[in-house]
Amino acid sequence: MSGKTTNQKAWWLVLPVLLFVAFNAIIPLMTVVNYSVQETFGNNRFFFEGVKWFEEILNSSRFHEALQRQLMFTATILAIEIPLGVLIALSMPRKGPWVSVCLVLMAMPLLIPWNVVGAMWNILALPDIGLLGHTLNAMGFDYNYTRQPNSAWFTLVAMDVWHWTSLVVLLAYAGLSAIPDAYYQAAKIDGASQWAIFRYIQLPKMKRVLMIAVLLRFMDSFMIYTEAVVLTGGGPGNATTLLSIDLVKIALGQFDLGPGAAMSLIYFLIILLLSWVFYTVMTKDEEQ
Amino acid sequence: MARIDLRNLRHSYRANPQQESDWAIKRLDLSWAEGSANALLGPSGCGKTTLLNIVSGLLRPTEGTVFFGERDVTALSAAERNIAQVFQFPVVYDTMSVYDNLAFPLRNRGMSERDVDARVREIASLLDLDATLGDRAAGLTADGKQKISLGRGLVRSDVNVIMFDEPLTVIDPHLKWRLRSKLKELHRRLGTTMIYVTHDQTEALTFADQVVVINDGVVVQAGSPVDLFERPQHTFVGHFIGSPGMNLLPATVENGIVRFAGHVIATAAPQAAVPSGARLEIGVRPEFVSFADTGVPVEIVKVSDTGRNRIVETRHGQSTIRLLLDEDEVLPTESVCLRFDPSYTQLYADGWRVGTEPT
Repeated sequence: MSGKTTNQKAWWLVLPVLLFVAFNAIIPLMTVVNYSVQETFGNNRFFFEGVKWFEEILNSSRFHEALQRQLMFTATILAIEIPLGVLIALSMPRKGPWVSVCLVLMAMPLLIPWNVVGAMWNILALPDIGLLGHTLNAMGFDYNYTRQPNSAWFTLVAMDVWHWTSLVVLLAYAGLSAIPDAYYQAAKIDGASQWAIFRYIQLPKMKRVLMIAVLLRFMDSFMIYTEAVVLTGGGPGNATTLLSIDLVKIALGQFDLGPGAAMSLIYFLIILLLSWVFYTVMTKDEEQ
Repeated sequence: MARIDLRNLRHSYRANPQQESDWAIKRLDLSWAEGSANALLGPSGCGKTTLLNIVSGLLRPTEGTVFFGERDVTALSAAERNIAQVFQFPVVYDTMSVYDNLAFPLRNRGMSERDVDARVREIASLLDLDATLGDRAAGLTADGKQKISLGRGLVRSDVNVIMFDEPLTVIDPHLKWRLRSKLKELHRRLGTTMIYVTHDQTEALTFADQVVVINDGVVVQAGSPVDLFERPQHTFVGHFIGSPGMNLLPATVENGIVRFAGHVIATAAPQAAVPSGARLEIGVRPEFVSFADTGVPVEIVKVSDTGRNRIVETRHGQSTIRLLLDEDEVLPTESVCLRFDPSYTQLYADGWRVGTEPT
């Protein structure tokens, strides 16, 4: 024996955390798992159904379409926000009094509550009186986001870009500020072009923060609900019914607890899987 | 390769320098001979790096001109000056291999891949980087990365000057001497002008043929390591170089006789040159102080053993005088006197050595 005393009483100290985690994560999640395998009837009667709801969801064209729209939306905003954010961060001043002005301006959209963002854009884009909608129509575009799917998509993407590009900017800017001057000086001496400086110094040094930016934007955009619901409510028709909007319709609108729970779990697993894929791909060459 | 001249150089980081303290480089005329090994030595914040960046073209001086040979390069960019610089912290392009790092400056200048390959391999073998050419630069140790930084400078043929900005700061102590002797070897083989910036006197004195000591934006002395040691032009040099630094004692001069606390001291200073009204000090290095039967009476305060020798701290009145004692020398026990070697005992007026013009 090493002479250590074995004292199992320490486990009691873990108990409060265990209870806390149980109540806010494990129990709710398990409740969902429980619902996902049962059929509900009135009077709180439940019947075990196995994987029936999962099969139903995975085979339903409604789910496929919502997932497609969701993937499309996320891919679009990532393709716009990441390069745009990097570009803005690159053009922001690195020193002087304008730094804080720029940072505050950039942080502003991030501080606005999500439903307010939705409401703002809803009004802004109204075809008859909204500043954006009216201007677009006056310029000769046929724009009406409550009737045309394309207009609705455009507005939704524009709103998300407006709301969240700042996050990418702030992260990329932090990554840029961490690059020591010596790198730029060495590049000057080596005769590097502006593009080479970006490609071989700035981009590699920003890689880690950009990974965080991509992951955050991916997860958040994949779960977008509030802003989209306030702006378009999923319409016109089902044109902008993203996964979360559809989920709420099924689980709370139609009160189909079983299918709703099964869809939640599938939704959750998709996010988990895609996040893992992003992370693995982006950190791949660091392990060499 | 070229001789480098700095003329009437001044630099301020402020847009509108008003007073003397606004200037990072106060006034400076310097020249570095073609193919020489030089050091710029000074405490942190004395203007060394500023000066280096002015030579490399990363900074444009507020006033004055920079010449490479006969050519005025003041307005040229760092790339146009064809210089190399190794920074305090290793700068490598992380995502590139060692090979691509070395090839980068050549590719940027549009050299053909065949010439690039030949040149990169030549330099890699010079720096003992052959074995790691295919590795990612990010994975190398600090000294390997510093070699890449150096190599990126050397690949360009005929660089005018290679500058080192405290390049050994982040290197492990046991690798420092290796990299330092590599630099010496390169200097012998290539004969390129090198300027080595450091605050470490050992690095400066072992590397350079000529050392420029800077303090507070002014050159206090430029000379060989022996000059700096035996004839410090300024009390700052006496104090900054040497371990422990020079003893400085308040002095009076009357009728050409130098006295410290009433005791006559023979110095190397020419008698006629003592300016009137100046604050006078006697400066003598601990190496040139010895125990004697007559001279300045002192009491021994402290003896510290450095391993190689002993530093004896003695006191006369308010003044502390240090001297070095070999390991086998016997420490006197009774009342002792000190003798200063006259050829290495200097007189300083307002900090500057008597018998020379301030630079």
